[in-house]
Amino acid sequence: MSHQPIRFYQTGTFTVGNRLLPTEERSVQAKLRRTNSLNSGHRACQGCGEALGARYAIDAAMDATNRQLVAANATGCLEVFSTPYPETSWQIPWIHSLFGNAAAVATGIAAAMRVKGRSEVRVVAQGGDGGTTDIGFGCLSGMFERNDDVLYLCYDNEAYMNTGVQRSSATPPAARTNTTMPVGDSLGNRFGQGKNLPAIAMAHEIPYVATATVAELHDLEAKVRHAMEFRGARYIHILVPCPLGWGHGSAETIRMARLAKETGLFPVFEAQHGEVTGVSKIRRQLPVEEYLRPQTRFAHLFKPPGHPEVIARLQQLADRNIRRFGLLDATEAGS
Amino acid sequence: MLKQVEGSAAVAEAVALCRPQVICAYPISPQTHIVEGLGRLVSAGTLKPCEFINVESEFAAMSVAIGASAAGARAYTATASQGLLFMAEAVFNAAGLGLPIVMTVANRAIGAPINIWNDHTDALSQRDCGWIQLFAEDNQEALDLHIQAFRLAEELSLPVMVCMDGFILTHAYERVDMPTQEQVDAYLPPYEPRQVLDPADPVSIGAMVGPEAFMEVRYLAHAKQRQALDLIPAWAGEFKRVFGRESGGLTHTYKLDDAETVVVALGSVLGTIKDTVDEMRAEGTRIGVLGITCFRPWPTAAVRAALAKAKRVVVLEKSLAVGLGGIVSNNVSAAYPGSPDDVHAVIAGLGGRAITRGSLRKVFGQAVDGKLDPVTFLDLDYSIVDRVLKREREQRRSGPIAEAILREIGVVAAKIG
Repeated sequence: MSHQPIRFYQTGTFTVGNRLLPTEERSVQAKLRRTNSLNSGHRACQGCGEALGARYAIDAAMDATNRQLVAANATGCLEVFSTPYPETSWQIPWIHSLFGNAAAVATGIAAAMRVKGRSEVRVVAQGGDGGTTDIGFGCLSGMFERNDDVLYLCYDNEAYMNTGVQRSSATPPAARTNTTMPVGDSLGNRFGQGKNLPAIAMAHEIPYVATATVAELHDLEAKVRHAMEFRGARYIHILVPCPLGWGHGSAETIRMARLAKETGLFPVFEAQHGEVTGVSKIRRQLPVEEYLRPQTRFAHLFKPPGHPEVIARLQQLADRNIRRFGLLDATEAGS
Repeated sequence: MLKQVEGSAAVAEAVALCRPQVICAYPISPQTHIVEGLGRLVSAGTLKPCEFINVESEFAAMSVAIGASAAGARAYTATASQGLLFMAEAVFNAAGLGLPIVMTVANRAIGAPINIWNDHTDALSQRDCGWIQLFAEDNQEALDLHIQAFRLAEELSLPVMVCMDGFILTHAYERVDMPTQEQVDAYLPPYEPRQVLDPADPVSIGAMVGPEAFMEVRYLAHAKQRQALDLIPAWAGEFKRVFGRESGGLTHTYKLDDAETVVVALGSVLGTIKDTVDEMRAEGTRIGVLGITCFRPWPTAAVRAALAKAKRVVVLEKSLAVGLGGIVSNNVSAAYPGSPDDVHAVIAGLGGRAITRGSLRKVFGQAVDGKLDPVTFLDLDYSIVDRVLKREREQRRSGPIAEAILREIGVVAAKIG
């Protein structure tokens, strides 16, 4: 079947429908032969950003590798909602071992493929932010420094959602989780803590590091495909809003991800061998309040009398990202 | 071919003859020489194709082995002591997933207090993890058990741990008969996995399993280990046919026929025990030895048969079930046809404390005379412990525990004799 002719034009948005694009620029997900690697029927919540991100990322990796892909999965939401037999949603060879070892298991798979002369088979490891930035950090750093031929995908929803929303080292300052409750004098998660995993990955000087969000799925697919052009350790950090943990409507997932980027709180960029090679510019900068207000995890900042000083500190973090990565065009930055 | 080599070197060479495809290495004494030896063989191109991976922890070592094994490669690693505990989560996981990884454990004490010397606390702490656990009596057997371990693991799709006493075996230079590549190839067929990660035939491995099936999955692991009780002696028999010597099996017996007193033990201490038994036999004592080669699965029937005529059993073990007494002795009691009151635990050699013939003679003599306590701590200096306990009663801030003991001893030196 040939592609459908253009029937309409979208105006007033920054998104482009697939049907407005030439065939070669259309998303992997728009292809008739998409692989449905993470198939429908799984048990993710409505509006789950991780399910969306994983589906696009893995299908793109399948497309880029001519379907020669194996995945190692950390314990977490993704593992729980996509299994068990006979209801596994995975259409690819997939293994879950433990919470903290997905990167090492992937190293083992890659080693096995190499020793068996099957270097066409590529390996991804995937986990949430807890399995990546906290408990799986040792194995991840080891995989990075050995430059093992693995693409690690971190689906970052900024807390331990599978266990009922507890703080991780990816939880943003001021956010409410069940272990950073804004009670008494506390205003949620503390400032001055947390890990910047993409920066840590870059410090290993691995061939490729990127960030992405589920608001820009073309960009996510392109980065996964690009990552597959390299051999060695690669890392993509994908922001995946969680309606349950963030407290936004399940129809708001994409919008939350877009606001995270457009406020500057989540910089979207690419890096090779430790150096930034490209950034996704902010198209229409918004104050962080636009991002914070729809999420109940930040609701305590807006209850009377309000906490403008906390919001100002979060704005400073966004402004620092914008400066560091040059997220605004010169004219906009100066205006 | 006969060689005079270090135990670790012998094991490294034997493992290499088994053609492992992925080896994960993380240093911990006293295992280190084994992976060093294998690393040299891979670097030199003697062992190929093989991926030798220097990992960042024992947890990663076992995790890399899990990935490699699930992807269809023959995987091997080695560890000891704290390393085994650090990888414990992955050790259970490898067994639960049914992956035929082979691992050497160079048995060493567990801290605190930190101690690098030999006992069996490390391996026995993992006795319920689902791995088959084999204990080598000497370096020849350590070498041979590794060859048998790969065969056993891959046939049952279960991981196998080969335990050898740290330093006592790993660092001892002994004569061993090193098999040829042809012999090992004749005994050990190429790895044919029961489950494999392959894009041509995608499967999900390690899915969530709820109450509806978990019991059955666990029982299956138990049933497979019980199958091993038949396979281990059968393959020890085939091993003899190919290699021309007896090695492995479930148990070793020594002068048991008319023995009224039977000493049960694991590992290298069996040599000292046999020498002691020879001395006592020469004086007319009817005493014999039962060596446990296969600790998991526990060879209930073989132990029961071996102890059928024993009036009393002395289990000499390099491990301690803190708050209970013996670990091995509890297993022996479950298999002993007589009264459990006639099974005596002798806790010996913890943290490398020397086990001497003199001490063994004394304790075996007490057993023969019916004067041995249910649990005995061989060569324990109670006077030191009593003084420390007294100080603890008198002083709230009595200080760090191990340091108090060392202060009482007065000199930092091995207590021998």
